[in-house]
Amino acid sequence: MAKATRVSFGEELAELGATHPNLVVFDADLSKSTQSQLFAAKYPERFFEMGIQEHNMIGAAAGMALSGKTPFICSFSTFVVGRFEVIRMSVGYTSARVTIVGTHCGVAIGEDGYSQMALEDIALMRTLPNMAIIQPADDRETRAAVRFLADYDQPAFLRLTRQGVEDVHDDSYRFAFGKADLLREGNDAVIFATGGVVRNSLTAAELLAQKGLNIRVVNIHTIAPLDIDTVVQAAKETGRVITVEDHSVIGGLGGAVAEVLGEHHPTRMKRIGMHTYGRSGTPGDLYRHYGLDAEGIRKQVEEFLHKG
Amino acid sequence: MDISLPALQRAANEMRTDIIRMLHAAGSGHPGGSLSLIDLLTVVMFRHVKRTAENADDPDRNRFVLSKGHGVPALYAVLARAGVIPHEELLSLRQVDSRLQGHPHNGSVPAVEASTGSLGQGLSIAQGMAMSARLDGKEYRVYCVIGDGETQEGQIWEALLSAAKFRLDNLIVILDYNKGQIDGPTNEIMNLEPLADKIRSFNWEVQEIDGHDMQAIDAALEQARQRGGRPHFIIAHTVKGKGVSFMEHPTEWHGKAPDGEQAAAALKELEALLT
Repeated sequence: MAKATRVSFGEELAELGATHPNLVVFDADLSKSTQSQLFAAKYPERFFEMGIQEHNMIGAAAGMALSGKTPFICSFSTFVVGRFEVIRMSVGYTSARVTIVGTHCGVAIGEDGYSQMALEDIALMRTLPNMAIIQPADDRETRAAVRFLADYDQPAFLRLTRQGVEDVHDDSYRFAFGKADLLREGNDAVIFATGGVVRNSLTAAELLAQKGLNIRVVNIHTIAPLDIDTVVQAAKETGRVITVEDHSVIGGLGGAVAEVLGEHHPTRMKRIGMHTYGRSGTPGDLYRHYGLDAEGIRKQVEEFLHKG
Repeated sequence: MDISLPALQRAANEMRTDIIRMLHAAGSGHPGGSLSLIDLLTVVMFRHVKRTAENADDPDRNRFVLSKGHGVPALYAVLARAGVIPHEELLSLRQVDSRLQGHPHNGSVPAVEASTGSLGQGLSIAQGMAMSARLDGKEYRVYCVIGDGETQEGQIWEALLSAAKFRLDNLIVILDYNKGQIDGPTNEIMNLEPLADKIRSFNWEVQEIDGHDMQAIDAALEQARQRGGRPHFIIAHTVKGKGVSFMEHPTEWHGKAPDGEQAAAALKELEALLT
Protein backbone atom coordinates (compact mmCIF):
# COMPACT_ATOMS: atom_id res chain seq x y z
CA MET A 1 0.00 0.00 0.00
CA ALA A 2 1.30 3.42 -0.89
CA LYS A 3 2.20 5.30 2.25
CA ALA A 4 3.77 8.72 2.60
CA THR A 5 7.17 8.64 4.27
CA ARG A 6 6.06 11.54 6.48
CA VAL A 7 3.39 9.25 7.94
CA SER A 8 5.89 6.44 8.57
CA PHE A 9 8.12 9.04 10.23
CA GLY A 10 5.35 10.37 12.49
CA GLU A 11 4.33 6.89 13.60
CA GLU A 12 7.86 5.75 14.32
CA LEU A 13 8.76 8.95 16.18
CA ALA A 14 5.73 8.55 18.44
CA GLU A 15 6.85 5.00 19.24
CA LEU A 16 10.39 6.11 20.01
CA GLY A 17 9.13 8.53 22.64
CA ALA A 18 8.80 5.58 25.02
CA THR A 19 12.39 4.39 24.75
CA HIS A 20 14.04 7.79 24.27
CA PRO A 21 13.22 10.08 27.20
CA ASN A 22 15.51 12.82 25.84
CA LEU A 23 13.67 12.95 22.53
CA VAL A 24 12.00 16.35 22.01
CA VAL A 25 10.05 17.43 18.96
CA PHE A 26 9.46 20.90 17.51
CA ASP A 27 7.11 22.03 14.81
CA ALA A 28 6.31 25.38 13.18
CA ASP A 29 2.55 25.23 12.74
CA LEU A 30 2.59 22.24 10.40
CA SER A 31 2.33 19.32 12.82
CA LYS A 32 -0.76 17.96 11.09
CA SER A 33 1.14 17.87 7.80
CA THR A 34 4.54 16.74 9.01
CA GLN A 35 2.82 14.16 11.27
CA SER A 36 4.72 15.30 14.34
CA GLN A 37 1.18 15.56 15.77
CA LEU A 38 1.38 11.83 16.55
CA PHE A 39 4.28 12.44 18.95
CA ALA A 40 2.60 15.59 20.28
CA ALA A 41 -0.52 13.64 21.22
CA LYS A 42 1.45 11.05 23.21
CA TYR A 43 4.12 13.28 24.73
CA PRO A 44 2.75 16.83 24.94
CA GLU A 45 5.36 17.90 27.50
CA ARG A 46 8.12 17.05 25.03
CA PHE A 47 6.49 18.69 22.03
CA PHE A 48 7.05 22.38 21.31
CA GLU A 49 4.77 24.31 19.03
CA MET A 50 6.92 27.21 17.84
CA GLY A 51 4.40 28.93 15.61
CA ILE A 52 5.51 30.11 12.22
CA GLN A 53 9.08 30.83 13.35
CA GLU A 54 11.47 28.54 11.59
CA HIS A 55 14.62 30.53 12.45
CA ASN A 56 13.77 30.50 16.12
CA MET A 57 12.79 26.83 16.04
CA ILE A 58 16.18 25.86 14.63
CA GLY A 59 18.01 27.87 17.28
CA ALA A 60 15.89 26.68 20.20
CA ALA A 61 16.42 23.08 19.12
CA ALA A 62 20.17 23.71 19.00
CA GLY A 63 20.02 25.06 22.56
CA MET A 64 18.13 21.93 23.63
CA ALA A 65 20.71 19.71 21.92
CA LEU A 66 23.51 21.57 23.73
CA SER A 67 21.67 20.79 26.97
CA GLY A 68 21.53 17.04 26.39
CA LYS A 69 18.29 16.63 24.46
CA THR A 70 17.71 14.89 21.13
CA PRO A 71 15.61 17.33 19.10
CA PHE A 72 13.72 16.58 15.90
CA ILE A 73 12.44 19.74 14.21
CA CYS A 74 9.74 19.47 11.60
CA SER A 75 8.40 21.63 8.80
CA PHE A 76 8.04 21.64 5.06
CA SER A 77 11.55 21.14 3.78
CA THR A 78 11.70 24.39 1.86
CA PHE A 79 10.59 26.44 4.87
CA VAL A 80 13.12 24.98 7.27
CA VAL A 81 16.09 24.49 4.94
CA GLY A 82 15.31 27.91 3.48
CA ARG A 83 16.53 29.27 6.83
CA PHE A 84 19.87 27.82 5.84
CA GLU A 85 22.11 30.39 7.46
CA VAL A 86 20.69 29.55 10.87
CA ILE A 87 21.20 25.84 10.20
CA ARG A 88 24.75 26.55 9.10
CA MET A 89 25.66 28.46 12.28
CA SER A 90 23.40 27.21 15.04
CA VAL A 91 23.32 23.52 14.05
CA GLY A 92 26.20 22.76 11.69
CA TYR A 93 29.08 24.85 13.04
CA THR A 94 27.76 24.33 16.57
CA SER A 95 27.74 20.51 16.05
CA ALA A 96 24.31 20.40 17.65
CA ARG A 97 22.64 16.98 17.39
CA VAL A 98 19.49 18.30 15.76
CA THR A 99 17.61 16.21 13.21
CA ILE A 100 15.97 18.54 10.70
CA VAL A 101 12.94 16.82 9.23
CA GLY A 102 11.85 18.33 5.92
CA THR A 103 8.59 16.96 4.60
CA HIS A 104 6.79 17.89 1.38
CA CYS A 105 9.89 17.65 -0.75
CA GLY A 106 9.87 17.83 -4.51
CA VAL A 107 7.28 18.59 -7.16
CA ALA A 108 5.19 15.62 -5.99
CA ILE A 109 3.52 17.79 -3.37
CA GLY A 110 1.29 18.78 -6.27
CA GLU A 111 -1.31 21.50 -6.50
CA ASP A 112 0.15 23.96 -3.97
CA GLY A 113 2.86 24.72 -6.49
CA TYR A 114 6.44 25.89 -6.35
CA SER A 115 6.36 28.01 -3.18
CA GLN A 116 5.82 24.90 -1.05
CA MET A 117 8.16 22.59 -3.01
CA ALA A 118 11.69 21.93 -1.80
CA LEU A 119 13.83 21.49 -4.91
CA GLU A 120 17.12 22.91 -3.63
CA ASP A 121 17.29 21.59 -0.06
CA ILE A 122 19.69 18.70 -0.66
CA ALA A 123 22.04 20.99 -2.56
CA LEU A 124 22.20 23.44 0.34
CA MET A 125 22.58 20.83 3.06
CA ARG A 126 25.32 18.96 1.20
CA THR A 127 27.65 21.92 1.66
CA LEU A 128 27.78 21.49 5.45
CA PRO A 129 30.70 19.17 6.26
CA ASN A 130 29.05 17.40 9.22
CA MET A 131 25.46 17.21 7.97
CA ALA A 132 24.12 13.69 7.38
CA ILE A 133 21.41 13.59 4.70
CA ILE A 134 18.94 10.69 4.56
CA GLN A 135 16.09 10.35 2.08
CA PRO A 136 14.21 7.07 2.52
CA ALA A 137 12.29 5.38 -0.27
CA ASP A 138 9.47 3.62 1.56
CA ASP A 139 7.81 2.86 4.88
CA ARG A 140 10.29 0.30 6.22
CA GLU A 141 13.29 2.38 5.28
CA THR A 142 11.80 5.51 6.83
CA ARG A 143 11.11 3.76 10.13
CA ALA A 144 14.64 2.36 10.22
CA ALA A 145 16.12 5.78 9.41
CA VAL A 146 14.13 7.45 12.18
CA ARG A 147 15.28 4.82 14.67
CA PHE A 148 18.86 5.39 13.54
CA LEU A 149 18.59 9.17 13.88
CA ALA A 150 17.15 8.98 17.39
CA ASP A 151 20.54 7.63 18.49
CA TYR A 152 22.69 9.66 16.09
CA ASP A 153 24.71 12.37 17.82
CA GLN A 154 25.47 14.76 14.94
CA PRO A 155 23.47 17.19 12.78
CA ALA A 156 21.18 15.42 10.31
CA PHE A 157 18.61 16.16 7.63
CA LEU A 158 15.75 13.73 6.91
CA ARG A 159 13.91 14.44 3.64
CA LEU A 160 10.38 13.06 3.37
CA THR A 161 7.52 12.88 0.91
CA ARG A 162 4.02 14.23 1.08
CA GLN A 163 2.81 11.63 -1.42
CA GLY A 164 2.37 7.92 -0.79
CA VAL A 165 5.15 5.68 -2.02
CA GLU A 166 4.94 1.97 -2.82
CA ASP A 167 7.21 -0.41 -0.92
CA VAL A 168 10.53 -1.28 -2.47
CA HIS A 169 11.65 -3.35 0.52
CA ASP A 170 10.26 -6.37 2.37
CA ASP A 171 10.59 -7.36 6.01
CA SER A 172 14.08 -8.72 5.46
CA TYR A 173 15.41 -5.21 4.79
CA ARG A 174 18.17 -3.89 7.04
CA PHE A 175 18.96 -0.16 6.77
CA ALA A 176 22.68 0.66 6.96
CA PHE A 177 23.55 4.34 7.31
CA GLY A 178 25.95 5.46 4.58
CA LYS A 179 25.63 2.23 2.58
CA ALA A 180 23.92 2.21 -0.81
CA ASP A 181 21.09 -0.28 -1.23
CA LEU A 182 21.16 -2.52 -4.31
CA LEU A 183 17.59 -3.15 -5.48
CA ARG A 184 18.13 -4.70 -8.89
CA GLU A 185 21.07 -6.33 -10.67
CA GLY A 186 22.10 -5.38 -14.19
CA ASN A 187 25.22 -4.40 -16.14
CA ASP A 188 24.03 -2.30 -19.09
CA ALA A 189 23.73 0.83 -16.96
CA VAL A 190 23.09 1.84 -13.36
CA ILE A 191 20.36 4.07 -12.02
CA PHE A 192 21.07 5.76 -8.70
CA ALA A 193 17.73 6.92 -7.33
CA THR A 194 16.61 8.48 -4.06
CA GLY A 195 13.37 9.07 -2.20
CA GLY A 196 9.93 9.01 -3.74
CA VAL A 197 11.17 8.24 -7.26
CA VAL A 198 12.97 5.00 -6.36
CA ARG A 199 9.85 2.93 -7.06
CA ASN A 200 9.41 4.67 -10.45
CA SER A 201 13.04 3.98 -11.30
CA LEU A 202 12.60 0.27 -10.54
CA THR A 203 9.52 0.16 -12.74
CA ALA A 204 11.42 1.92 -15.51
CA ALA A 205 14.15 -0.73 -15.23
CA GLU A 206 11.51 -3.45 -15.52
CA LEU A 207 10.12 -1.80 -18.68
CA LEU A 208 13.64 -1.62 -20.13
CA ALA A 209 14.22 -5.30 -19.32
CA GLN A 210 11.41 -6.09 -21.75
CA LYS A 211 13.60 -4.48 -24.42
CA GLY A 212 16.63 -6.51 -23.41
CA LEU A 213 18.35 -3.82 -21.35
CA ASN A 214 19.53 -4.92 -17.91
CA ILE A 215 19.62 -1.88 -15.70
CA ARG A 216 21.04 -1.98 -12.20
CA VAL A 217 19.04 0.07 -9.68
CA VAL A 218 20.68 1.35 -6.52
CA ASN A 219 18.74 3.20 -3.84
CA ILE A 220 20.80 6.02 -2.33
CA HIS A 221 19.03 6.62 0.99
CA THR A 222 22.11 8.26 2.50
CA ILE A 223 23.15 11.14 0.28
CA ALA A 224 25.70 12.39 2.79
CA PRO A 225 28.01 10.74 3.53
CA LEU A 226 27.72 9.19 0.07
CA ASP A 227 28.71 5.55 -0.43
CA ILE A 228 31.57 6.43 -2.77
CA ASP A 229 32.85 2.85 -3.16
CA THR A 230 29.51 1.53 -4.39
CA VAL A 231 29.00 4.47 -6.76
CA VAL A 232 32.45 4.08 -8.31
CA GLN A 233 32.21 0.29 -8.54
CA ALA A 234 28.82 0.44 -10.25
CA ALA A 235 30.16 3.01 -12.73
CA LYS A 236 33.13 0.76 -13.50
CA GLU A 237 30.94 -2.31 -13.97
CA THR A 238 28.21 -0.72 -16.10
CA GLY A 239 29.90 2.20 -17.87
CA ARG A 240 26.70 4.27 -17.93
CA VAL A 241 25.26 6.18 -14.97
CA ILE A 242 21.82 7.71 -14.51
CA THR A 243 20.63 9.59 -11.43
CA VAL A 244 16.95 10.12 -10.60
CA GLU A 245 15.61 12.50 -7.97
CA ASP A 246 12.70 14.81 -7.25
CA HIS A 247 15.07 17.76 -6.72
CA SER A 248 17.19 20.07 -8.83
CA VAL A 249 19.77 18.21 -10.91
CA ILE A 250 22.22 20.81 -9.58
CA GLY A 251 23.76 19.92 -6.25
CA GLY A 252 21.50 17.01 -5.36
CA LEU A 253 22.09 13.30 -5.91
CA GLY A 254 23.04 13.96 -9.54
CA GLY A 255 25.56 16.56 -8.49
CA ALA A 256 26.96 14.36 -5.73
CA VAL A 257 27.44 11.37 -8.05
CA ALA A 258 28.96 13.58 -10.77
CA GLU A 259 31.47 15.01 -8.30
CA VAL A 260 32.53 11.56 -7.12
CA LEU A 261 32.83 10.09 -10.61
CA GLY A 262 34.59 13.20 -11.93
CA GLU A 263 37.34 12.58 -9.39
CA HIS A 264 37.45 8.79 -9.26
CA HIS A 265 36.12 7.35 -12.51
CA PRO A 266 34.81 9.74 -15.19
CA THR A 267 31.72 8.12 -16.68
CA ARG A 268 29.02 9.32 -19.07
CA MET A 269 26.03 10.41 -17.02
CA LYS A 270 22.42 11.40 -17.37
CA ARG A 271 20.90 13.38 -14.49
CA ILE A 272 17.13 13.08 -14.31
CA GLY A 273 15.44 15.59 -12.04
CA MET A 274 14.32 19.19 -12.02
CA HIS A 275 15.85 21.75 -14.37
CA THR A 276 13.30 24.53 -13.73
CA TYR A 277 11.13 25.92 -10.97
CA GLY A 278 8.07 23.77 -10.29
CA ARG A 279 4.38 24.48 -10.91
CA SER A 280 0.90 23.42 -9.80
CA GLY A 281 -0.75 20.19 -10.90
CA THR A 282 -1.67 16.78 -9.59
CA PRO A 283 1.38 14.80 -8.45
CA GLY A 284 0.79 12.30 -11.25
CA ASP A 285 0.50 14.99 -13.90
CA LEU A 286 3.61 16.74 -12.59
CA TYR A 287 5.69 13.55 -12.68
CA ARG A 288 4.57 13.00 -16.27
CA HIS A 289 5.26 16.66 -17.11
CA TYR A 290 8.80 16.57 -15.72
CA GLY A 291 9.66 13.03 -16.80
CA LEU A 292 9.84 11.59 -13.29
CA ASP A 293 7.17 8.89 -13.74
CA ALA A 294 8.30 5.37 -14.71
CA GLU A 295 7.57 5.97 -18.39
CA GLY A 296 9.42 9.30 -18.42
CA ILE A 297 12.44 7.73 -16.73
CA ARG A 298 12.37 4.77 -19.15
CA LYS A 299 12.28 7.07 -22.14
CA GLN A 300 15.16 9.26 -20.95
CA VAL A 301 17.31 6.26 -20.01
CA GLU A 302 16.68 4.62 -23.38
CA GLU A 303 17.56 7.78 -25.30
CA PHE A 304 20.70 8.17 -23.22
CA LEU A 305 21.82 4.60 -23.86
CA HIS A 306 21.08 4.77 -27.58
CA LYS A 307 23.32 7.80 -27.95
CA GLY A 308 26.12 5.31 -27.44
CA MET B 1 38.94 35.52 43.61
CA ASP B 2 37.45 38.67 45.14
CA ILE B 3 34.07 39.22 43.55
CA SER B 4 33.11 42.31 45.49
CA LEU B 5 31.88 45.04 43.20
CA PRO B 6 34.90 47.34 43.72
CA ALA B 7 37.22 44.44 42.98
CA LEU B 8 35.23 43.57 39.87
CA GLN B 9 35.33 47.18 38.68
CA ARG B 10 39.09 47.00 38.87
CA ALA B 11 39.10 43.59 37.19
CA ALA B 12 36.96 44.94 34.35
CA ASN B 13 39.43 47.73 33.75
CA GLU B 14 42.31 45.26 33.80
CA MET B 15 40.41 43.20 31.25
CA ARG B 16 40.00 46.35 29.15
CA THR B 17 43.79 46.34 28.86
CA ASP B 18 43.64 42.68 27.83
CA ILE B 19 41.12 43.59 25.13
CA ILE B 20 43.33 46.38 23.76
CA ARG B 21 46.39 44.12 23.76
CA MET B 22 44.51 41.27 22.07
CA LEU B 23 43.06 43.43 19.35
CA HIS B 24 46.36 45.17 18.70
CA ALA B 25 48.14 41.81 18.45
CA ALA B 26 45.44 40.42 16.17
CA GLY B 27 45.43 43.50 13.96
CA SER B 28 41.65 43.29 13.56
CA GLY B 29 38.51 42.87 15.65
CA HIS B 30 35.89 44.90 17.49
CA PRO B 31 37.08 47.17 20.31
CA GLY B 32 33.99 49.39 20.63
CA GLY B 33 31.52 46.64 21.44
CA SER B 34 34.01 44.70 23.57
CA LEU B 35 34.70 47.72 25.78
CA SER B 36 30.99 48.56 26.10
CA LEU B 37 30.31 44.96 27.15
CA ILE B 38 33.06 44.22 29.64
CA ASP B 39 31.48 45.73 32.77
CA LEU B 40 28.25 43.82 32.15
CA LEU B 41 30.08 40.62 31.37
CA THR B 42 32.25 40.86 34.47
CA VAL B 43 29.28 41.11 36.82
CA VAL B 44 27.27 38.50 34.94
CA MET B 45 30.03 35.90 34.78
CA PHE B 46 31.65 36.28 38.20
CA ARG B 47 28.64 37.03 40.41
CA HIS B 48 25.74 35.31 38.63
CA VAL B 49 26.84 32.67 36.10
CA LYS B 50 29.79 31.96 38.43
CA ARG B 51 31.85 30.38 35.69
CA THR B 52 34.98 28.46 36.71
CA ALA B 53 37.19 25.95 34.94
CA GLU B 54 35.69 23.25 37.18
CA ASN B 55 32.03 23.92 36.38
CA ALA B 56 32.40 24.62 32.65
CA ASP B 57 30.94 21.20 31.78
CA ASP B 58 28.65 20.72 34.77
CA PRO B 59 25.16 19.84 33.48
CA ASP B 60 23.66 21.99 36.24
CA ARG B 61 25.80 25.07 35.52
CA ASN B 62 24.31 28.42 34.71
CA ARG B 63 24.69 29.10 30.99
CA PHE B 64 25.97 32.18 29.22
CA VAL B 65 25.49 32.84 25.51
CA LEU B 66 27.16 35.81 23.84
CA SER B 67 24.73 36.44 21.03
CA LYS B 68 26.60 39.57 19.91
CA GLY B 69 29.55 37.39 18.97
CA HIS B 70 31.80 40.21 17.81
CA GLY B 71 32.28 41.10 21.50
CA VAL B 72 34.19 37.86 22.00
CA PRO B 73 37.49 39.50 23.08
CA ALA B 74 35.65 40.53 26.26
CA LEU B 75 34.47 36.94 26.76
CA TYR B 76 37.96 35.51 26.24
CA ALA B 77 39.36 38.03 28.74
CA VAL B 78 36.76 36.91 31.30
CA LEU B 79 37.42 33.21 30.63
CA ALA B 80 41.15 33.80 31.10
CA ARG B 81 40.52 35.52 34.43
CA ALA B 82 38.19 32.69 35.44
CA GLY B 83 41.00 30.23 34.78
CA VAL B 84 39.21 28.50 31.90
CA ILE B 85 41.93 29.43 29.40
CA PRO B 86 45.53 30.51 30.07
CA HIS B 87 45.99 34.26 30.17
CA GLU B 88 48.97 34.16 27.82
CA GLU B 89 46.79 32.52 25.16
CA LEU B 90 44.79 35.74 24.74
CA LEU B 91 47.42 37.24 22.46
CA SER B 92 46.88 34.40 19.97
CA LEU B 93 43.41 35.77 19.10
CA ARG B 94 42.48 35.28 15.43
CA GLN B 95 45.71 33.49 14.51
CA VAL B 96 45.55 30.38 12.36
CA ASP B 97 46.83 27.97 15.01
CA SER B 98 44.85 29.51 17.88
CA ARG B 99 41.71 28.21 19.59
CA LEU B 100 40.53 31.80 19.88
CA GLN B 101 38.35 32.26 16.82
CA GLY B 102 37.38 35.75 15.71
CA HIS B 103 33.81 35.02 16.76
CA PRO B 104 32.65 32.45 19.35
CA HIS B 105 32.84 28.77 18.41
CA ASN B 106 31.64 26.26 20.96
CA GLY B 107 33.88 23.50 19.62
CA SER B 108 37.08 25.49 20.11
CA VAL B 109 37.08 26.92 23.63
CA PRO B 110 35.57 25.48 26.84
CA ALA B 111 32.75 27.56 28.34
CA VAL B 112 31.87 29.08 24.98
CA GLU B 113 28.37 27.67 25.00
CA ALA B 114 27.33 28.34 21.40
CA SER B 115 28.66 29.42 18.04
CA THR B 116 27.56 32.97 17.34
CA GLY B 117 28.60 35.97 15.31
CA SER B 118 25.90 35.78 12.70
CA LEU B 119 23.61 38.18 14.53
CA GLY B 120 20.20 37.27 15.88
CA GLN B 121 20.85 33.59 16.54
CA GLY B 122 22.25 33.31 20.06
CA LEU B 123 19.05 34.32 21.81
CA SER B 124 17.15 31.41 20.25
CA ILE B 125 19.87 29.02 21.43
CA ALA B 126 19.73 30.50 24.94
CA GLN B 127 15.99 30.07 24.86
CA GLY B 128 16.39 26.39 23.98
CA MET B 129 18.73 25.95 26.95
CA ALA B 130 16.15 27.58 29.23
CA MET B 131 13.44 25.31 27.82
CA SER B 132 15.64 22.31 28.51
CA ALA B 133 16.19 23.41 32.13
CA ARG B 134 12.45 23.74 32.54
CA LEU B 135 11.80 20.31 31.03
CA ASP B 136 14.33 18.68 33.36
CA GLY B 137 13.17 20.61 36.43
CA LYS B 138 16.65 22.09 36.84
CA GLU B 139 17.38 25.33 38.63
CA TYR B 140 20.06 26.75 36.39
CA ARG B 141 19.58 30.07 34.64
CA VAL B 142 20.52 31.10 31.14
CA TYR B 143 22.07 34.51 30.55
CA CYS B 144 22.33 35.99 27.09
CA VAL B 145 23.86 39.27 25.93
CA ILE B 146 22.53 40.74 22.70
CA GLY B 147 23.55 43.88 20.86
CA ASP B 148 21.41 46.82 19.84
CA GLY B 149 22.19 46.55 16.14
CA GLU B 150 21.47 42.84 16.51
CA THR B 151 18.04 43.65 17.89
CA GLN B 152 17.08 44.74 14.39
CA GLU B 153 17.14 41.06 13.36
CA GLY B 154 13.76 39.38 12.95
CA GLN B 155 14.92 36.26 14.77
CA ILE B 156 15.37 38.29 17.97
CA TRP B 157 11.70 39.22 17.88
CA GLU B 158 10.72 35.62 17.20
CA ALA B 159 12.56 34.62 20.35
CA LEU B 160 11.03 37.51 22.31
CA LEU B 161 7.59 36.23 21.35
CA SER B 162 8.24 32.59 22.11
CA ALA B 163 10.23 32.93 25.37
CA ALA B 164 7.21 34.74 26.81
CA LYS B 165 4.88 32.05 25.52
CA PHE B 166 6.94 29.37 27.26
CA ARG B 167 7.11 31.50 30.44
CA LEU B 168 10.90 31.23 30.62
CA ASP B 169 11.57 33.14 33.83
CA ASN B 170 14.95 31.35 33.95
CA LEU B 171 16.08 33.32 30.90
CA ILE B 172 17.83 36.67 31.45
CA VAL B 173 18.64 38.80 28.44
CA ILE B 174 20.97 41.77 28.75
CA LEU B 175 21.04 44.30 25.94
CA ASP B 176 24.40 46.02 25.50
CA TYR B 177 22.80 49.22 24.25
CA ASN B 178 25.85 51.11 23.03
CA LYS B 179 23.94 53.09 20.42
CA GLY B 180 26.25 52.37 17.51
CA GLN B 181 26.62 49.96 14.65
CA ILE B 182 28.88 49.74 11.61
CA ASP B 183 27.05 52.13 9.32
CA GLY B 184 26.09 54.71 11.92
CA PRO B 185 24.16 55.48 15.10
CA THR B 186 21.57 52.80 15.87
CA ASN B 187 18.73 55.30 16.12
CA GLU B 188 19.47 56.46 12.56
CA ILE B 189 20.17 53.09 10.98
CA MET B 190 17.02 51.40 12.34
CA ASN B 191 15.65 52.95 15.50
CA LEU B 192 14.62 50.55 18.28
CA GLU B 193 12.75 53.09 20.42
CA PRO B 194 10.53 53.06 22.32
CA LEU B 195 12.29 49.83 23.24
CA ALA B 196 11.28 49.24 26.88
CA ASP B 197 7.62 49.63 25.91
CA LYS B 198 8.02 47.18 23.05
CA ILE B 199 9.63 44.50 25.19
CA ARG B 200 7.12 44.98 28.02
CA SER B 201 4.31 44.60 25.53
CA PHE B 202 5.84 41.22 24.64
CA ASN B 203 5.20 40.16 28.27
CA TRP B 204 8.76 40.40 29.56
CA GLU B 205 9.99 41.89 32.84
CA VAL B 206 12.01 44.91 31.78
CA GLN B 207 14.62 46.90 33.68
CA GLU B 208 16.67 49.80 32.40
CA ILE B 209 20.10 50.57 33.87
CA ASP B 210 23.45 52.24 33.36
CA GLY B 211 25.51 49.38 31.98
CA HIS B 212 28.73 50.72 33.44
CA ASP B 213 27.45 51.05 37.03
CA MET B 214 28.55 47.80 38.68
CA GLN B 215 26.04 48.17 41.52
CA ALA B 216 23.18 48.84 39.13
CA ILE B 217 24.16 45.86 36.99
CA ASP B 218 24.34 43.58 40.00
CA ALA B 219 21.06 44.84 41.45
CA ALA B 220 19.27 44.31 38.14
CA LEU B 221 20.63 40.76 37.88
CA GLU B 222 19.51 40.08 41.46
CA GLN B 223 16.06 41.38 40.60
CA ALA B 224 16.04 39.14 37.52
CA ARG B 225 16.33 36.05 39.71
CA GLN B 226 12.62 36.34 40.43
CA ARG B 227 10.58 33.45 39.09
CA GLY B 228 7.34 35.17 38.20
CA GLY B 229 6.57 33.42 34.95
CA ARG B 230 8.05 36.09 32.70
CA PRO B 231 11.49 36.20 31.07
CA HIS B 232 13.80 39.06 32.04
CA PHE B 233 15.17 41.79 29.82
CA ILE B 234 17.73 44.27 31.08
CA ILE B 235 18.31 47.29 28.88
CA ALA B 236 21.85 48.31 29.78
CA HIS B 237 22.77 51.74 28.45
CA THR B 238 26.44 51.62 27.56
CA VAL B 239 29.07 53.65 25.78
CA LYS B 240 30.80 52.13 22.82
CA GLY B 241 34.57 52.10 23.45
CA LYS B 242 34.01 52.83 27.16
CA GLY B 243 37.20 53.56 29.10
CA VAL B 244 39.36 54.81 26.23
CA SER B 245 38.50 58.45 25.51
CA PHE B 246 39.25 58.41 21.81
CA MET B 247 37.34 55.17 21.27
CA GLU B 248 34.17 56.48 22.88
CA HIS B 249 32.37 57.07 19.63
CA PRO B 250 29.27 55.33 18.23
CA THR B 251 30.82 53.98 15.06
CA GLU B 252 34.45 54.82 14.50
CA TRP B 253 35.85 51.99 16.64
CA HIS B 254 33.25 49.34 15.87
CA GLY B 255 35.52 47.09 13.84
CA LYS B 256 39.00 48.57 13.79
CA ALA B 257 42.02 47.42 15.78
CA PRO B 258 44.33 49.98 17.40
CA ASP B 259 47.77 50.38 15.85
CA GLY B 260 50.86 50.52 18.07
CA GLU B 261 50.56 54.18 18.92
CA GLN B 262 46.82 53.97 19.56
CA ALA B 263 47.21 50.86 21.68
CA ALA B 264 49.89 52.57 23.77
CA ALA B 265 47.69 55.63 24.26
CA ALA B 266 44.71 53.44 25.22
CA LEU B 267 46.74 51.39 27.69
CA LYS B 268 48.10 54.58 29.26
CA GLU B 269 44.55 55.82 29.90
CA LEU B 270 43.40 52.47 31.23
CA GLU B 271 46.41 52.02 33.47
CA ALA B 272 45.70 55.44 34.96
CA LEU B 273 42.34 54.02 36.08
CA LEU B 274 44.14 51.20 37.87
CA THR B 275 46.51 53.24 40.00
